[in-house]
Amino acid sequence: MTDLFKRRAGLASVLAASVLLSGCFGDDDDNDSSPSTYAYEVTVLNLTAGQPFSPLALIAHNAQYSAFSVGEAASTNLEYLAEGGSNSQILDAVASNDNVHTSLGGNGAIAPGSSQTLTIELMEEDFSSAYLTVLTMMVNTNDAVVAARGIKLSDLAVNGYHRLNAIAYDSGTEANTETAATIPGPAGGGEGFNAARDDYMNQVTAHTGAVTSDDGLSTSALTQLHRWDNPAAVITVKRTR
Amino acid sequence: MNLRTTFLAAAIGTLALPAMAADLTVKITNLTQGIAFTPLLVAGHDSNTRLFTPGTAASANLQAMAEGGSVAGLAGDVTGAGGVVAENPAGGLLMAGKSVMTDIDTGANTQLSVVAMMLPTNDGFIALNNLTIPTTPGTYTYNLNAYDAGTEANDEVRGSGNPGEAGFPVPGALDASVGTGGTGVNAVAEGFVHIHRGSLGDTSSDSGVSDINSSTQRWLNPVARVTLTVK
Repeated sequence: MTDLFKRRAGLASVLAASVLLSGCFGDDDDNDSSPSTYAYEVTVLNLTAGQPFSPLALIAHNAQYSAFSVGEAASTNLEYLAEGGSNSQILDAVASNDNVHTSLGGNGAIAPGSSQTLTIELMEEDFSSAYLTVLTMMVNTNDAVVAARGIKLSDLAVNGYHRLNAIAYDSGTEANTETAATIPGPAGGGEGFNAARDDYMNQVTAHTGAVTSDDGLSTSALTQLHRWDNPAAVITVKRTR
Repeated sequence: MNLRTTFLAAAIGTLALPAMAADLTVKITNLTQGIAFTPLLVAGHDSNTRLFTPGTAASANLQAMAEGGSVAGLAGDVTGAGGVVAENPAGGLLMAGKSVMTDIDTGANTQLSVVAMMLPTNDGFIALNNLTIPTTPGTYTYNLNAYDAGTEANDEVRGSGNPGEAGFPVPGALDASVGTGGTGVNAVAEGFVHIHRGSLGDTSSDSGVSDINSSTQRWLNPVARVTLTVK
Protein backbone atom coordinates (compact mmCIF):
# COMPACT_ATOMS: atom_id res chain seq x y z
CA MET A 1 0.00 0.00 0.00
CA THR A 2 2.76 2.36 0.93
CA ASP A 3 4.59 1.44 -2.27
CA LEU A 4 1.55 2.21 -4.36
CA PHE A 5 1.16 5.54 -2.63
CA LYS A 6 4.78 6.48 -3.24
CA ARG A 7 4.54 5.56 -6.90
CA ARG A 8 1.39 7.62 -7.31
CA ALA A 9 2.90 10.54 -5.46
CA GLY A 10 5.96 10.37 -7.67
CA LEU A 11 3.85 10.28 -10.80
CA ALA A 12 1.75 13.21 -9.61
CA SER A 13 4.77 15.38 -8.99
CA VAL A 14 6.21 14.55 -12.39
CA LEU A 15 2.92 15.45 -14.02
CA ALA A 16 2.78 18.69 -12.09
CA ALA A 17 6.24 19.53 -13.39
CA SER A 18 5.21 18.81 -16.95
CA VAL A 19 2.23 21.12 -16.55
CA LEU A 20 4.56 23.94 -15.65
CA LEU A 21 6.80 23.24 -18.59
CA SER A 22 4.38 22.46 -21.36
CA GLY A 23 1.01 23.63 -20.19
CA CYS A 24 -0.70 20.39 -21.19
CA PHE A 25 -2.07 17.87 -18.78
CA GLY A 26 -1.61 14.11 -18.82
CA ASP A 27 -3.86 11.30 -17.74
CA ASP A 28 -3.08 10.20 -14.21
CA ASP A 29 -5.15 7.03 -14.35
CA ASP A 30 -2.69 4.18 -13.75
CA ASN A 31 -4.91 1.64 -15.50
CA ASP A 32 -5.02 3.64 -18.68
CA SER A 33 -1.41 3.11 -19.72
CA SER A 34 -0.43 5.96 -21.97
CA PRO A 35 1.92 4.78 -24.73
CA SER A 36 5.59 4.62 -23.80
CA THR A 37 7.46 6.87 -26.12
CA TYR A 38 10.90 5.36 -25.75
CA ALA A 39 11.98 1.74 -26.06
CA TYR A 40 15.41 0.13 -25.74
CA GLU A 41 16.58 -3.32 -26.72
CA VAL A 42 19.10 -4.51 -24.15
CA THR A 43 21.23 -7.46 -25.23
CA VAL A 44 23.58 -9.22 -22.83
CA LEU A 45 26.11 -11.65 -24.31
CA ASN A 46 27.76 -14.05 -21.85
CA LEU A 47 31.47 -14.10 -22.75
CA THR A 48 32.53 -16.69 -20.20
CA ALA A 49 33.45 -20.34 -20.73
CA GLY A 50 31.57 -21.87 -17.84
CA GLN A 51 29.62 -19.28 -15.89
CA PRO A 52 25.87 -19.19 -16.61
CA PHE A 53 24.30 -15.83 -15.82
CA SER A 54 21.27 -15.64 -13.54
CA PRO A 55 18.09 -13.90 -14.82
CA LEU A 56 18.92 -10.27 -15.54
CA ALA A 57 17.84 -7.28 -13.53
CA LEU A 58 17.44 -4.16 -15.69
CA ILE A 59 16.89 -0.90 -13.84
CA ALA A 60 16.28 2.46 -15.54
CA HIS A 61 16.93 5.31 -13.16
CA ASN A 62 18.06 8.89 -12.71
CA ALA A 63 21.55 10.06 -11.72
CA GLN A 64 20.78 9.71 -8.00
CA TYR A 65 20.39 5.92 -8.05
CA SER A 66 23.26 3.47 -7.81
CA ALA A 67 22.82 -0.29 -7.35
CA PHE A 68 26.11 -0.38 -5.43
CA SER A 69 29.32 1.55 -4.84
CA VAL A 70 32.84 0.12 -4.87
CA GLY A 71 34.24 0.26 -1.35
CA GLU A 72 30.83 0.23 0.32
CA ALA A 73 28.82 -2.68 1.71
CA ALA A 74 26.31 -4.23 -0.69
CA SER A 75 22.60 -3.89 0.08
CA THR A 76 20.81 -7.03 1.20
CA ASN A 77 18.80 -6.90 -2.02
CA LEU A 78 22.00 -7.00 -4.07
CA GLU A 79 23.24 -9.83 -1.84
CA TYR A 80 20.20 -11.92 -2.83
CA LEU A 81 21.19 -11.51 -6.47
CA ALA A 82 24.94 -11.92 -5.92
CA GLU A 83 24.77 -15.04 -3.77
CA GLY A 84 21.67 -16.76 -5.07
CA GLY A 85 20.96 -15.33 -8.50
CA SER A 86 17.59 -14.01 -7.36
CA ASN A 87 16.58 -10.73 -8.96
CA SER A 88 13.16 -10.42 -7.34
CA GLN A 89 14.29 -8.70 -4.14
CA ILE A 90 16.13 -5.87 -5.84
CA LEU A 91 13.43 -5.46 -8.49
CA ASP A 92 10.74 -5.29 -5.80
CA ALA A 93 12.78 -2.72 -3.89
CA VAL A 94 13.38 -0.39 -6.81
CA ALA A 95 9.68 -0.43 -7.71
CA SER A 96 9.11 2.00 -4.84
CA ASN A 97 12.30 4.02 -5.32
CA ASP A 98 11.58 7.54 -6.54
CA ASN A 99 14.92 7.62 -8.37
CA VAL A 100 13.99 4.59 -10.47
CA HIS A 101 11.90 5.06 -13.59
CA THR A 102 11.20 1.44 -14.44
CA SER A 103 12.71 -2.03 -14.13
CA LEU A 104 12.52 -5.41 -15.76
CA GLY A 105 13.52 -8.97 -14.92
CA GLY A 106 15.19 -11.37 -17.33
CA ASN A 107 13.76 -14.44 -18.97
CA GLY A 108 15.71 -17.31 -17.41
CA ALA A 109 19.44 -17.90 -17.22
CA ILE A 110 21.92 -17.01 -19.97
CA ALA A 111 24.26 -19.86 -20.82
CA PRO A 112 27.95 -19.25 -21.58
CA GLY A 113 28.27 -18.04 -25.15
CA SER A 114 24.57 -17.18 -25.34
CA SER A 115 22.80 -13.87 -25.29
CA GLN A 116 19.41 -12.56 -24.29
CA THR A 117 17.59 -9.47 -25.49
CA LEU A 118 14.97 -7.66 -23.45
CA THR A 119 13.04 -4.53 -24.30
CA ILE A 120 12.65 -1.91 -21.64
CA GLU A 121 10.29 1.01 -22.13
CA LEU A 122 10.60 4.50 -20.76
CA MET A 123 7.98 7.16 -20.20
CA GLU A 124 8.54 10.40 -22.05
CA GLU A 125 8.95 12.45 -18.88
CA ASP A 126 11.76 10.17 -17.68
CA PHE A 127 13.85 10.28 -20.84
CA SER A 128 16.01 13.31 -20.12
CA SER A 129 17.37 11.88 -16.86
CA ALA A 130 17.55 8.21 -17.78
CA TYR A 131 20.39 5.79 -17.12
CA LEU A 132 20.39 2.01 -17.24
CA THR A 133 21.89 -0.49 -14.82
CA VAL A 134 22.28 -4.16 -15.75
CA LEU A 135 22.93 -6.81 -13.09
CA THR A 136 23.37 -10.60 -13.20
CA MET A 137 25.10 -13.24 -11.09
CA MET A 138 27.74 -15.65 -12.33
CA VAL A 139 26.03 -18.63 -10.77
CA ASN A 140 29.11 -20.85 -10.40
CA THR A 141 30.63 -18.45 -7.88
CA ASN A 142 30.03 -17.44 -4.29
CA ASP A 143 28.96 -13.86 -4.91
CA ALA A 144 30.10 -12.54 -8.28
CA VAL A 145 27.96 -9.96 -10.07
CA VAL A 146 28.45 -8.89 -13.65
CA ALA A 147 27.33 -5.30 -13.75
CA ALA A 148 27.16 -2.21 -15.91
CA ARG A 149 25.94 0.93 -14.25
CA GLY A 150 25.02 4.38 -15.44
CA ILE A 151 24.59 3.62 -19.15
CA LYS A 152 23.20 6.87 -20.49
CA LEU A 153 19.91 6.46 -22.33
CA SER A 154 19.06 10.09 -23.02
CA ASP A 155 21.81 10.61 -25.61
CA LEU A 156 20.57 7.92 -27.99
CA ALA A 157 18.63 8.74 -31.15
CA VAL A 158 16.34 6.07 -32.58
CA ASN A 159 18.53 3.19 -33.83
CA GLY A 160 21.50 4.61 -31.92
CA TYR A 161 23.21 2.25 -29.51
CA HIS A 162 25.83 1.93 -26.81
CA ARG A 163 27.99 -1.19 -26.69
CA LEU A 164 30.21 -1.76 -23.69
CA ASN A 165 32.24 -4.41 -21.93
CA ALA A 166 31.13 -5.36 -18.43
CA ILE A 167 33.35 -6.71 -15.69
CA ALA A 168 32.64 -8.98 -12.73
CA TYR A 169 32.38 -7.48 -9.27
CA ASP A 170 32.55 -9.27 -5.94
CA SER A 171 29.64 -8.22 -3.77
CA GLY A 172 31.77 -8.68 -0.66
CA THR A 173 29.01 -10.57 1.11
CA GLU A 174 30.28 -14.17 1.03
CA ALA A 175 33.79 -15.58 1.26
CA ASN A 176 35.03 -17.10 -1.98
CA THR A 177 35.44 -20.60 -0.59
CA GLU A 178 34.23 -22.11 -3.88
CA THR A 179 32.92 -25.15 -1.98
CA ALA A 180 29.99 -27.04 -3.49
CA ALA A 181 27.82 -26.18 -0.50
CA THR A 182 28.17 -22.45 -1.21
CA ILE A 183 27.89 -22.41 -5.02
CA PRO A 184 24.25 -22.30 -6.17
CA GLY A 185 24.99 -22.96 -9.84
CA PRO A 186 25.25 -26.37 -11.49
CA ALA A 187 28.93 -26.71 -10.54
CA GLY A 188 27.98 -26.76 -6.86
CA GLY A 189 24.26 -27.19 -6.36
CA GLY A 190 24.64 -25.59 -2.97
CA GLU A 191 23.19 -22.73 -1.01
CA GLY A 192 22.25 -19.38 -2.50
CA PHE A 193 21.47 -16.47 -0.23
CA ASN A 194 22.78 -16.53 3.31
CA ALA A 195 22.41 -13.39 5.41
CA ALA A 196 25.82 -13.89 7.06
CA ARG A 197 28.55 -11.54 5.84
CA ASP A 198 31.80 -13.48 5.92
CA ASP A 199 33.73 -12.15 2.93
CA TYR A 200 37.31 -10.89 3.09
CA MET A 201 35.93 -7.40 3.57
CA ASN A 202 32.28 -6.36 3.65
CA GLN A 203 32.50 -4.14 0.58
CA VAL A 204 31.98 -4.35 -3.17
CA THR A 205 35.17 -4.61 -5.24
CA ALA A 206 36.19 -5.97 -8.59
CA HIS A 207 36.29 -9.77 -8.54
CA THR A 208 39.62 -11.54 -8.23
CA GLY A 209 38.46 -14.42 -10.44
CA ALA A 210 37.97 -18.07 -9.56
CA VAL A 211 40.92 -20.01 -8.12
CA THR A 212 39.48 -23.53 -8.74
CA SER A 213 40.67 -26.99 -7.71
CA ASP A 214 42.87 -27.12 -10.79
CA ASP A 215 44.89 -24.22 -9.39
CA GLY A 216 45.46 -25.51 -5.89
CA LEU A 217 42.27 -24.69 -3.99
CA SER A 218 41.59 -28.30 -3.04
CA THR A 219 38.17 -27.64 -1.49
CA SER A 220 36.90 -25.85 -4.59
CA ALA A 221 34.01 -27.39 -6.53
CA LEU A 222 35.12 -25.38 -9.54
CA THR A 223 37.53 -26.43 -12.29
CA GLN A 224 39.57 -24.59 -14.85
CA LEU A 225 36.41 -24.32 -16.96
CA HIS A 226 34.85 -21.95 -14.45
CA ARG A 227 37.60 -19.37 -14.58
CA TRP A 228 37.04 -16.21 -16.57
CA ASP A 229 38.71 -12.98 -17.46
CA ASN A 230 37.25 -9.54 -17.98
CA PRO A 231 35.26 -8.53 -19.86
CA ALA A 232 32.67 -11.04 -18.72
CA ALA A 233 29.85 -9.73 -20.88
CA VAL A 234 29.12 -7.45 -23.79
CA ILE A 235 26.07 -5.28 -23.30
CA THR A 236 24.37 -3.54 -26.20
CA VAL A 237 21.66 -0.99 -25.57
CA LYS A 238 19.83 0.09 -28.70
CA ARG A 239 17.03 2.60 -28.82
CA THR A 240 14.26 1.30 -31.06
CA ARG A 241 11.57 3.91 -30.48
CA MET B 1 28.09 51.03 -16.30
CA ASN B 2 31.22 50.37 -14.32
CA LEU B 3 29.61 47.39 -12.69
CA ARG B 4 28.60 46.06 -16.08
CA THR B 5 32.16 46.41 -17.44
CA THR B 6 33.53 44.58 -14.43
CA PHE B 7 31.16 41.70 -14.98
CA LEU B 8 32.11 41.53 -18.62
CA ALA B 9 35.80 41.47 -17.79
CA ALA B 10 35.25 38.74 -15.25
CA ALA B 11 33.31 36.70 -17.78
CA ILE B 12 36.04 37.03 -20.38
CA GLY B 13 38.62 36.02 -17.80
CA THR B 14 36.64 32.89 -16.96
CA LEU B 15 36.16 31.97 -20.57
CA ALA B 16 39.82 32.44 -21.38
CA LEU B 17 40.98 30.24 -18.52
CA PRO B 18 40.46 26.77 -20.06
CA ALA B 19 42.71 27.60 -22.99
CA MET B 20 45.62 28.34 -20.66
CA ALA B 21 45.14 25.70 -17.98
CA ALA B 22 43.69 22.28 -17.43
CA ASP B 23 42.01 22.39 -14.07
CA LEU B 24 41.33 18.77 -13.18
CA THR B 25 39.93 16.67 -10.40
CA VAL B 26 41.33 13.16 -10.46
CA LYS B 27 39.58 10.45 -8.46
CA ILE B 28 41.41 7.14 -8.16
CA THR B 29 39.56 4.03 -6.99
CA ASN B 30 41.32 0.85 -5.92
CA LEU B 31 39.04 -1.80 -7.44
CA THR B 32 40.85 -4.81 -6.03
CA GLN B 33 39.71 -7.05 -3.22
CA GLY B 34 43.04 -7.38 -1.41
CA ILE B 35 45.76 -5.30 -3.06
CA ALA B 36 46.96 -2.00 -1.58
CA PHE B 37 48.39 0.84 -3.67
CA THR B 38 51.53 2.56 -2.37
CA PRO B 39 51.75 6.39 -2.68
CA LEU B 40 50.19 7.52 -5.96
CA LEU B 41 51.79 9.82 -8.47
CA VAL B 42 49.43 11.94 -10.56
CA ALA B 43 51.39 13.73 -13.27
CA GLY B 44 50.52 16.28 -15.92
CA HIS B 45 53.20 16.36 -18.59
CA ASP B 46 53.90 17.14 -22.22
CA SER B 47 53.73 14.67 -25.07
CA ASN B 48 57.51 14.17 -25.06
CA THR B 49 57.49 12.83 -21.50
CA ARG B 50 56.54 9.30 -20.54
CA LEU B 51 56.85 7.50 -17.23
CA PHE B 52 57.37 4.22 -19.10
CA THR B 53 56.89 2.56 -22.45
CA PRO B 54 55.52 -0.99 -22.58
CA GLY B 55 57.90 -3.40 -24.26
CA THR B 56 61.00 -1.50 -23.22
CA ALA B 57 63.14 -1.58 -20.08
CA ALA B 58 61.94 0.43 -17.08
CA SER B 59 63.86 3.51 -15.97
CA ALA B 60 65.58 3.42 -12.59
CA ASN B 61 62.91 5.76 -11.26
CA LEU B 62 60.09 3.57 -12.52
CA GLN B 63 61.85 0.62 -10.89
CA ALA B 64 62.02 2.46 -7.56
CA MET B 65 58.28 3.09 -7.75
CA ALA B 66 57.37 -0.43 -8.84
CA GLU B 67 59.58 -2.31 -6.40
CA GLY B 68 59.41 -0.08 -3.36
CA GLY B 69 56.66 2.50 -3.85
CA SER B 70 58.94 5.52 -4.03
CA VAL B 71 57.56 8.10 -6.46
CA ALA B 72 60.10 10.88 -5.72
CA GLY B 73 62.31 10.00 -8.67
CA LEU B 74 59.48 9.90 -11.18
CA ALA B 75 58.06 13.13 -9.77
CA GLY B 76 61.46 14.75 -10.31
CA ASP B 77 61.52 13.50 -13.90
CA VAL B 78 58.14 15.08 -14.56
CA THR B 79 58.77 18.44 -12.93
CA GLY B 80 62.22 18.60 -14.51
CA ALA B 81 60.53 18.35 -17.90
CA GLY B 82 58.10 21.17 -17.12
CA GLY B 83 55.29 19.00 -15.84
CA VAL B 84 53.28 19.19 -12.64
CA VAL B 85 52.59 16.47 -10.10
CA ALA B 86 50.28 15.58 -7.24
CA GLU B 87 52.34 13.30 -5.04
CA ASN B 88 50.86 10.85 -2.59
CA PRO B 89 47.29 12.24 -2.49
CA ALA B 90 46.13 9.34 -0.30
CA GLY B 91 48.77 10.14 2.33
CA GLY B 92 50.16 6.61 2.26
CA LEU B 93 48.49 3.38 1.20
CA LEU B 94 45.25 3.44 -0.78
CA MET B 95 43.62 0.29 0.54
CA ALA B 96 41.46 -2.12 -1.47
CA GLY B 97 38.07 -0.72 -2.40
CA LYS B 98 38.96 2.80 -1.34
CA SER B 99 39.08 6.03 -3.35
CA VAL B 100 41.02 9.26 -3.15
CA MET B 101 40.49 12.53 -4.98
CA THR B 102 42.99 15.23 -5.84
CA ASP B 103 42.91 18.51 -7.74
CA ILE B 104 45.67 19.26 -10.20
CA ASP B 105 46.18 22.19 -12.55
CA THR B 106 48.18 20.73 -15.40
CA GLY B 107 48.73 24.11 -17.01
CA ALA B 108 49.80 23.82 -20.63
CA ASN B 109 50.60 20.11 -20.26
CA THR B 110 48.37 17.99 -22.45
CA GLN B 111 49.00 14.53 -21.00
CA LEU B 112 48.06 12.80 -17.77
CA SER B 113 49.66 9.77 -16.14
CA VAL B 114 48.90 8.00 -12.86
CA VAL B 115 51.03 5.25 -11.29
CA ALA B 116 51.37 3.40 -7.99
CA MET B 117 52.92 0.13 -6.88
CA MET B 118 50.62 -2.76 -6.00
CA LEU B 119 51.23 -4.64 -2.75
CA PRO B 120 51.72 -7.52 -2.37
CA THR B 121 53.52 -7.85 -5.70
CA ASN B 122 57.22 -7.78 -6.54
CA ASP B 123 57.10 -5.03 -9.16
CA GLY B 124 53.48 -4.71 -10.18
CA PHE B 125 51.97 -1.27 -10.62
CA ILE B 126 48.78 0.40 -11.78
CA ALA B 127 49.07 2.85 -14.62
CA LEU B 128 47.19 5.38 -16.62
CA ASN B 129 49.87 5.96 -19.20
CA ASN B 130 50.09 9.16 -21.21
CA LEU B 131 46.39 9.96 -21.52
CA THR B 132 45.62 12.97 -23.71
CA ILE B 133 43.56 15.15 -21.38
CA PRO B 134 40.11 15.87 -22.83
CA THR B 135 39.60 19.57 -23.50
CA THR B 136 35.82 19.51 -23.26
CA PRO B 137 34.62 20.04 -19.69
CA GLY B 138 32.97 16.95 -18.30
CA THR B 139 33.52 13.74 -16.38
CA TYR B 140 35.44 10.88 -17.94
CA THR B 141 36.06 7.37 -16.62
CA TYR B 142 39.08 5.19 -17.35
CA ASN B 143 39.79 1.61 -16.27
CA LEU B 144 43.44 0.96 -15.40
CA ASN B 145 45.33 -2.28 -15.88
CA ALA B 146 48.15 -3.80 -13.85
CA TYR B 147 51.65 -3.66 -15.32
CA ASP B 148 54.84 -5.49 -14.39
CA ALA B 149 57.97 -3.31 -14.45
CA GLY B 150 60.05 -6.30 -15.51
CA THR B 151 62.81 -5.35 -13.09
CA GLU B 152 62.39 -7.97 -10.38
CA ALA B 153 61.67 -11.71 -10.32
CA ASN B 154 58.11 -12.43 -9.24
CA ASP B 155 59.15 -14.72 -6.40
CA GLU B 156 56.04 -13.66 -4.43
CA VAL B 157 57.67 -13.66 -1.02
CA ARG B 158 58.47 -11.03 1.57
CA GLY B 159 61.69 -9.17 1.08
CA SER B 160 62.94 -5.74 0.20
CA GLY B 161 61.54 -2.59 -1.33
CA ASN B 162 64.97 -1.44 -2.43
CA PRO B 163 65.55 -1.52 -6.18
CA GLY B 164 67.33 -4.67 -7.25
CA GLU B 165 66.70 -6.55 -4.01
CA ALA B 166 64.45 -9.60 -4.03
CA GLY B 167 60.99 -9.85 -2.52
CA PHE B 168 58.42 -7.21 -1.73
CA PRO B 169 58.19 -4.84 1.24
CA VAL B 170 55.36 -5.34 3.74
CA PRO B 171 54.26 -2.16 5.53
CA GLY B 172 52.76 -2.64 8.97
CA ALA B 173 49.20 -2.12 7.76
CA LEU B 174 49.54 -5.14 5.46
CA ASP B 175 51.52 -7.39 7.78
CA ALA B 176 48.55 -9.44 8.97
CA SER B 177 47.18 -10.11 5.48
CA VAL B 178 50.45 -11.17 3.83
CA GLY B 179 51.68 -14.72 4.33
CA THR B 180 55.02 -15.92 5.63
CA GLY B 181 57.27 -18.87 5.02
CA GLY B 182 56.81 -19.11 1.29
CA THR B 183 59.66 -20.90 -0.47
CA GLY B 184 59.46 -18.54 -3.43
CA VAL B 185 58.19 -18.91 -6.96
CA ASN B 186 60.90 -19.77 -9.47
CA ALA B 187 60.95 -16.72 -11.71
CA VAL B 188 63.33 -14.22 -13.28
CA ALA B 189 63.03 -10.53 -14.05
CA GLU B 190 61.56 -10.13 -17.52
CA GLY B 191 63.55 -7.06 -18.55
CA PHE B 192 60.74 -5.00 -20.06
CA VAL B 193 57.52 -3.37 -18.93
CA HIS B 194 54.44 -5.42 -19.77
CA ILE B 195 50.93 -6.25 -18.64
CA HIS B 196 51.21 -8.19 -15.40
CA ARG B 197 50.36 -11.86 -15.72
CA GLY B 198 48.89 -11.95 -12.23
CA SER B 199 50.13 -13.69 -9.13
CA LEU B 200 50.09 -17.43 -8.47
CA GLY B 201 49.67 -17.24 -4.72
CA ASP B 202 48.74 -20.22 -2.62
CA THR B 203 46.24 -21.17 0.07
CA SER B 204 48.70 -21.31 2.98
CA SER B 205 49.47 -18.31 5.18
CA ASP B 206 52.67 -19.78 6.65
CA SER B 207 54.11 -22.18 4.08
CA GLY B 208 53.76 -23.10 0.43
CA VAL B 209 55.50 -21.43 -2.46
CA SER B 210 54.09 -17.89 -2.14
CA ASP B 211 53.36 -15.35 0.60
CA ILE B 212 50.45 -14.10 -1.52
CA ASN B 213 46.93 -15.44 -0.96
CA SER B 214 45.62 -17.07 -4.12
CA SER B 215 42.04 -16.02 -3.47
CA THR B 216 42.01 -12.54 -1.99
CA GLN B 217 45.29 -11.08 -3.32
CA ARG B 218 44.86 -11.97 -6.95
CA TRP B 219 43.15 -9.70 -9.45
CA LEU B 220 41.70 -9.47 -12.90
CA ASN B 221 42.06 -6.28 -14.87
CA PRO B 222 40.98 -3.58 -14.40
CA VAL B 223 42.58 -3.00 -11.01
CA ALA B 224 41.82 0.70 -10.69
CA ARG B 225 39.46 3.30 -12.04
CA VAL B 226 40.24 6.95 -12.68
CA THR B 227 37.35 9.37 -12.78
CA LEU B 228 38.58 12.56 -14.39
CA THR B 229 36.63 15.78 -14.12
CA VAL B 230 37.71 18.50 -16.55
CA LYS B 231 36.46 21.85 -15.29
